[in-house]
Amino acid sequence: MSYKIPMGPYHPALEEPYKLDLICEGETVSDAKLHIGFNFRGIEHLAESRNYIQVIALMERVCGICSNIHTLTLCQAMEQLTGQTPPPRAQYIRVVVAELERLHSHVLWAGIAAKLMGFKTMFMTCFELREKVMDILQAISGNRVNYSMNRIGGVNRDIDDPLAVLAMVEQLEREMVRTVIPIFTTSTTARLRCAGIGVLSNRKAVSCGVVGPTARASGLPQDLRRAAPYAAYSEMEFDVPVQQDGDVRARLLVRALEIMESCKILRQALTKMPPGEISTGDAKIAFSAGTATSRVEAPRGEVMYSVSWKESSRNPSRVHVRTPTFVNMPAIRWMVIGARLADTPLIQASIDPCYSCTDR
Amino acid sequence: MNLWNRLMCYSRRRSPWLFHMNGGSCNGCDIELIASLTPRYDAEQLGVRLEGSPRHADILCITGPVTHNAVNAIKTVYGQVCGPKAVVAIGSCPATTNVFIDSRTLDGPLNRHIPVDVFVPGCPPRPDAIILGVAKAAEILAERAAKKIPIDPVVMPLVGPPCNGACACSTPNAPKSTEEQP
Repeated sequence: MSYKIPMGPYHPALEEPYKLDLICEGETVSDAKLHIGFNFRGIEHLAESRNYIQVIALMERVCGICSNIHTLTLCQAMEQLTGQTPPPRAQYIRVVVAELERLHSHVLWAGIAAKLMGFKTMFMTCFELREKVMDILQAISGNRVNYSMNRIGGVNRDIDDPLAVLAMVEQLEREMVRTVIPIFTTSTTARLRCAGIGVLSNRKAVSCGVVGPTARASGLPQDLRRAAPYAAYSEMEFDVPVQQDGDVRARLLVRALEIMESCKILRQALTKMPPGEISTGDAKIAFSAGTATSRVEAPRGEVMYSVSWKESSRNPSRVHVRTPTFVNMPAIRWMVIGARLADTPLIQASIDPCYSCTDR
Repeated sequence: MNLWNRLMCYSRRRSPWLFHMNGGSCNGCDIELIASLTPRYDAEQLGVRLEGSPRHADILCITGPVTHNAVNAIKTVYGQVCGPKAVVAIGSCPATTNVFIDSRTLDGPLNRHIPVDVFVPGCPPRPDAIILGVAKAAEILAERAAKKIPIDPVVMPLVGPPCNGACACSTPNAPKSTEEQP
């Protein structure tokens, strides 16, 4: 006999409000339904009533974890409409902030995954390490969460001393190599808890259209930083880690390896940072009518913004956002089918869901 | 007040358990709340513990600008917290709905629905500020247990990043940051 177990919307295993209805037979999950919309703030509609300065501050609050990525994508789309090109130093600063954000997001995910595994020591270690990333971000931008670094035609704040930041990054990398990476890659606890659960096969991953680390853990080598380079990524050398297994452990390994790649990109960006202006500095901005789209590889996958502008208007006529969780979340259904009930919190967390991005 | 009540007030102040609820927030405040419980800031030294059930909690921490879908849940959860209880509104969103003002899918601010005791301002507030707000809520909790009189809501001062003496902090009430720079 099958029965339904509702999980959420306000549940201790979930970071954000959403509801997962699990249809179970005994201890085995036979189907799942996902209900979202508890965080719906109507941001896309609000954006139509905000001018081109206010909309950046609004879009920064789409998500508190990947706040920089949202403004970066929006500014890139608006730069296409205004015909501005950010100076090279601004492009490098964008790369530095985006990679630091990826670092803190992945370490945060590692902490939450460790908590769901029941590995509380690891949770505390990850969050302690994350504070070191936050220190660097605070040294650059002055803030811990909403950095407000991006503007149309460049960035708001300069990195005065890239080598001092580099020293902090190198210290961080040593700590990562010493504590977090080995525990997640070689520890028996993590291996036994994660291997073989929540499998998303390569074929299923293609048909669901998953993006980001979820896709790369199912053997799809897709990464917009490589496929369609934006900012200064075309000048960086890095690998795209891909795993073939498609289980939770593969997603863990992909993120652990991406942390190392991010450190590599940060080191290149900070040493090669060109001198010059940090923004075009235009006070008067004229938008041409039309629609521009921009795609960026966020920590969770591909973010796309489509911004439309009418002639001689101060406000956008439409800002459309497509977030990575929007395409990743249907895959949860295929991952939990056949899984044990006790594994579902870890499986649903393994795609690193962000429902405040998705609901907006 | 007899000895038993005094003991209860003391224990309430020294060991407030939190229940965290996301009322449509952007995750910024939620992450900072978790960061305030982890080793760098370590709110657990105040006896604070994050609980999974509102029935075990004393302090309700609410983030987010209160969406329509969250209103009923917030009221239910507020009813489930056993008294005496205190409510902390974390961030600018529950206080004023922040940048989302005028949104038609919001039903904020929070004090339209439940009484709020401590407002912690900031977008998002720093973990230091959250700890300060929770400590204030613990004091309110003990007072409430002792006297049973209504207590006015408190708006906490804004806590910025540690200035290390570089600026002249003009506000006399500005709390000194407890964070140690590495």
